[in-house]
Amino acid sequence: MGVLSSRAAAKIAAATSVAATSALATPALAETSAINAADTAWMIVATALVLMMTIPGLALFYSGMVRKKNVLATMAQSLAAVATISILWVMFGYSLAFVGDGPWLGTLDRWFLAGMDMDSVNPAARTIPESLFMLYQMTFAIITVALVAGSVADRMRFSAYLLFSIGWFVFVYVPLAHWVWGGGFLASMGVLDFAGGLVVHLSAGIGGLVAAKVMGRRHGYGSENMSPFDLSLAVLGTGLLWVGWFGFNGGSALAANSRAVMAITATHLAACAGALTWGAIEWATRRKPSVLGMISGAVAGLGTITPASGFVAPWHGIVIGVVAGLVCFWACTWLKHRFDYDDSLDVFGVHGIGGMTGTLLAGVFAVNAIGGTAGLIEGHARQVLIQLYGVAVTLVWSGGVTYALLKIVGVLVPLRVSLQQELEGLDISQHGEALQ
Amino acid sequence: MKLVVAIIKPFKLDEVRQALTAIGVHGMTVTEVKGYGRQKGHTEIYRGAEYVVNFLPKLRIEIAVASEIADRAVEVITSSARTGQIGDGKIFVTPIDHAKRIRTGETDSDAL
Repeated sequence: MGVLSSRAAAKIAAATSVAATSALATPALAETSAINAADTAWMIVATALVLMMTIPGLALFYSGMVRKKNVLATMAQSLAAVATISILWVMFGYSLAFVGDGPWLGTLDRWFLAGMDMDSVNPAARTIPESLFMLYQMTFAIITVALVAGSVADRMRFSAYLLFSIGWFVFVYVPLAHWVWGGGFLASMGVLDFAGGLVVHLSAGIGGLVAAKVMGRRHGYGSENMSPFDLSLAVLGTGLLWVGWFGFNGGSALAANSRAVMAITATHLAACAGALTWGAIEWATRRKPSVLGMISGAVAGLGTITPASGFVAPWHGIVIGVVAGLVCFWACTWLKHRFDYDDSLDVFGVHGIGGMTGTLLAGVFAVNAIGGTAGLIEGHARQVLIQLYGVAVTLVWSGGVTYALLKIVGVLVPLRVSLQQELEGLDISQHGEALQ
Repeated sequence: MKLVVAIIKPFKLDEVRQALTAIGVHGMTVTEVKGYGRQKGHTEIYRGAEYVVNFLPKLRIEIAVASEIADRAVEVITSSARTGQIGDGKIFVTPIDHAKRIRTGETDSDAL
């Protein structure tokens, strides 16, 4: 300060204040000033974390659990989901889901991201660039589609999978994302779904169940040994999913703030509680806690806390994680055997039931001070009914459209591989490759 | 010449190899195999699915020896591979018609 003469300093001060005033006066620049560097930095990281959940997270998690002859094909389904859904998202998915707030669907204003520039923001996330919001939401669409395939592992024709997943994205995911997150009718009703209990987990879960029923059981199901190829891959996948979930739930706060951290804390605790609960049940009922059980419990906890993570107190994550472990274990064992469906990788048992349970529990444990909505524990019992409504709509829409889609795709190309191809394995029959 | 084939428990390989080296047998072929005899398998449970696994991992050792030391080789394998528990394995001895060392062309006993 002593270096400048007082007159020079005065001139600089004057020039600066004039510049500042004109900056504030110009609307475009005023909008830019809403974009927050901290929020943007965090959301870029969160986007990367969620993409990592699909590749290689889900790819490893799923592949480790199928038989050797289908490992590569299972990974191919995750890869294909990334590649196709990303492009479709940019073409029209983002626009229809998140631009415009009609009750049923958005608009095509952002067809191929038209009009999106350096300064645009989406009203849902004003402190980050619109392109980042679009990219973040893209990673959610990708993983939801990739999840569904788990139910029909070991038997779906690759061409059928591609057609089906594109159709499922367009007719199930995009509308549902709009209804819950894009300002559609479920949002208007007050349905709480912080990071995708309905939009991601329940929709994928019921879609998977319907697909498993429509496509039928794997050959040899119930009699043949179908033990996992390499559970260590599944464990690695679980780790990537777990860490990635910090971006999935934490990033759904769309800001680098306390709410994000609360969500992450609840998420992490739910995973821990879920793993311990499932392990404990197995220890008690089968004398040994299995590794598959612990990772399944962790993922169950993670899926279940997802819709509630930004609305509940962090310690609720423990309670929700325990419930997840109990309920999802029951669904993957008793329920599956009772209704005798071959949901190969338990997408319904873990994600479907978990998403449903978590959505309802969000209505129970929501704390006004954290997420702006009160739940049952704060006297607002009606929230549980609102959540139930969201669950019902998701079940009917995803279940029904999945069924119709499978029937339509099945006319164009057989959904299953032939028996010979199934015996030979999908790696060889669909991709011409084999693990050595 | 005799071909001595032994199915043994995998962790016994080193002991068997050392014992055979001690009696002058300096080569062998080892394969990883699965099998069962009187040893029962085990049950694996993956979420809701239970599988009884009958086949257990074993090692198959093959050595070609002069007929005179075949019995000694069988004895040595038996004592080094035994644990006393069910599933220790079996040894089979079959005659060899011809043998040839590929590099030098030596035949029969010179090839062993």
